[in-house]
Amino acid sequence: MDTSVFTSILFVGSLLAGFLGALTGLGGGVVVVPLLTLAMGVNMHYAIGASLVSVIATSSGAAAAYVREGFSNIRIGMFLEIATTLGALLGAYLATRLHTSTIGIIFGIVLIFSAYFSAREPKTADAGRSIDPLAHKLKLEGSYPAKDGKENYRARRVPLGFGMMFGAGTLSGLLGIGSGAMKVLAMDQAMGLPFKVSTTTSNFMIGVTAAASAGIYLSRGFLDPVLAMPVMLGVLAGSLLGTKVLVRAKSQSIRMVFSVVVVVLAIEMIYNSVKGRL
Amino acid sequence: MITDSQVEKWIAVLLRGGVLLAASVVLLGGILHLAHHGTVRPDYHVFHGEPMELRKPNLILREAFTGRPDAIIQLGMLLLILTPVARVGFSVVAFVVERDRMYVAMTLVVLAVLLYSLLAG
Repeated sequence: MDTSVFTSILFVGSLLAGFLGALTGLGGGVVVVPLLTLAMGVNMHYAIGASLVSVIATSSGAAAAYVREGFSNIRIGMFLEIATTLGALLGAYLATRLHTSTIGIIFGIVLIFSAYFSAREPKTADAGRSIDPLAHKLKLEGSYPAKDGKENYRARRVPLGFGMMFGAGTLSGLLGIGSGAMKVLAMDQAMGLPFKVSTTTSNFMIGVTAAASAGIYLSRGFLDPVLAMPVMLGVLAGSLLGTKVLVRAKSQSIRMVFSVVVVVLAIEMIYNSVKGRL
Repeated sequence: MITDSQVEKWIAVLLRGGVLLAASVVLLGGILHLAHHGTVRPDYHVFHGEPMELRKPNLILREAFTGRPDAIIQLGMLLLILTPVARVGFSVVAFVVERDRMYVAMTLVVLAVLLYSLLAG
């Protein structure tokens, strides 16, 4: 297989990954890494490097659309990015030190959790009536356009959310994924923010988080330009397409099917890692 | 006086422009690379790490301007990584204009982490 054929296959595969990632809200990274490592025999370190740049591309492209809708909260995003970027630094350093099969096993476990949380019904948790004075001090509040006028909200359990965001950043840097599922979890379940605010703000944060580990990937030589080129372009094109379709069809069934696929990939990743083939 | 929604509009333009520019440069480098080295057999099974000239921003820039295709792709990747960095930089300015000292400080922390990763990582 020469570079032209290899590149073409990668482009088509990444296009599909980006498309499905956008439809399900899981992101392209969770499919791209298994595609590269399991199907194409690419070393884990190169795979997470290529995946991470595709994450930056899709996040920035999609965030541009979300920001204008008025759902994402720039202050909450910026405050939590302190946690995610620091976590991303830690994750990227871990990625350079851990064995590829260890990364593979962690990847598989995270995949299963992501599939579970993306398949669940979007429902904002009742974080209790407790008011976190920290949220007021840090201006972690806002309003969003609802059916009947503006709906106000304020964050709760700020330290817990901040801690979970550090974890989300670490996973992003370690695995080359956006870890959007965990970011949404931190905002809507831990901090009690509205679901729509959580998902759009999460998307907004993913690019900045990924950029924090991408710098380290680049200087450690994880980022192979010829490999990353079709992956980045494919995932970007696929996710733009997916977002267009998503507007027309809200599809719980596609989510379910995709979740099953992700779980199968996860088991495959863990199995191959344990066998030492990754 | 600028409003939050204006800031959001500029951020949207900045992000979209950055991604579009980066993707174009990557595509250009990719076409050049395949035209010159399309028949080479790729091997990514064993991790070797990229050569130094594809790791450091200043060296990537220098190599790209000599017309080296893989360096042009890498320049596009660098532009892509810089897009969120520019977004954070822009947010610093927006918070300064809004006289929100607390958020100027927070945004500077995020910017510092990003620059550390890019320049010292």
